[in-house]
Amino acid sequence: MRVTMDVNGRSVSGEVEGRTLLVDFLREGLHLTGTHVGCDTSQCGACTVHVDGLLVKACTMFAAEAEGAAVTTIEGIAAPDGTLSVVQQAFQDHHGLQCGFCTPGMVMAATALLKDNPKPSEAEIRHHLDGNICRCTGYHNIVKAIMAASGQEMPALAAE
Amino acid sequence: MYAFEIERPTTLQDAVAAIAGGGQALSGGQTLIPTLKARLADPGKLVSLHGVAELKGVCTDDDGRICIGAATTHATVARELAGSYPGLASLAARIGDPAVRNRGTIGGSLANNDPSACYPAGALASGATIVTNTREIAADDYFHGMFATALEEDEIITEVKFPVPRAAAYEKFIQPASRFPLVAVFVAKFDDGVRVAITGASETGVFRWTEAEAALSSDFSAGALDGLRVDPDHMIADLHGDKAYRAHLCAVMTKRAVTAAA
Repeated sequence: MRVTMDVNGRSVSGEVEGRTLLVDFLREGLHLTGTHVGCDTSQCGACTVHVDGLLVKACTMFAAEAEGAAVTTIEGIAAPDGTLSVVQQAFQDHHGLQCGFCTPGMVMAATALLKDNPKPSEAEIRHHLDGNICRCTGYHNIVKAIMAASGQEMPALAAE
Repeated sequence: MYAFEIERPTTLQDAVAAIAGGGQALSGGQTLIPTLKARLADPGKLVSLHGVAELKGVCTDDDGRICIGAATTHATVARELAGSYPGLASLAARIGDPAVRNRGTIGGSLANNDPSACYPAGALASGATIVTNTREIAADDYFHGMFATALEEDEIITEVKFPVPRAAAYEKFIQPASRFPLVAVFVAKFDDGVRVAITGASETGVFRWTEAEAALSSDFSAGALDGLRVDPDHMIADLHGDKAYRAHLCAVMTKRAVTAAA
């Protein structure tokens, strides 16, 4: 079947099977490989994208269901000239990544959070990241980065 | 996944016809898609309910009941019911994680009736009515055990109607890897009595703890539950907890829910 959607502001279409996942359409159909497949079981959140402005795991949605939708992936987050978004820059400044595998999903999750809740507390950030797993950082620097991106000072963290 | 086609109807009538023609309903897919990936299902044809606008949204009927369209997501319920039924909004706000809540739906959860799902406890404790394309089913008659419901082949949930209790709370003890409840309890206090529904614990799926309901109906306090215990015989036993542990958690979480609601 043919699907048409808007991805990062560009209208795209392609042939998919019923079982084609949105993440596979993005990666293999459009070569947007910034969206990662970590667990493929909706646990890890590395494949997180925005569909019509909502945070969604692209490994747990069919491409056919994104017909007519506006999809944003990590490739659509920086400015066209390559300038990093506030969230991306904060991840870099605060060392919010190590291996980087989870980072696209983390940035998408953080961006969605700050859109709904511009000044989240540390607890709200940690709760919001429930569905995004990082195996390197221990999350502290990710939380710091999101606090910084929201223009807030980061209090000392209990576990540090 | 085995290969299948997807149909994308935009009206309930077309969706029901497609399902009657051999399709399997696909709502948010947050359980069904992982099931398909594991090749535990081979539906041949899926009928996506995502585009059926009449299955989405929240309203209030003439009896003051909150009516939630079956394809309404957990995130929407959490947001829309925050003022009108905060106990149920709080349940919806803690299902899975934010991305799951943006896709998963109340109808999908109730149709699947996972023995550890959250919504069955909310629906049963509230005395909700499950509306389908053919009839209305009282929650007391709807849940038939683990992954089993009163739904007939080709019957789909269209709406769920919730009477709003005077006070309610949902307390969940999660299994941290899956984020499903190990045991969770929904307590709802109405003018004519208290209803207590427990999920995650029993081999027969969600159930009402009638002894606790009787005690709480005359004295709505955690202390009223002292000495009451759930029979461990029918509890689930797995690597996360044995029967006695789950039975113990039933009482602990019920007390917490009563304290939170009071």
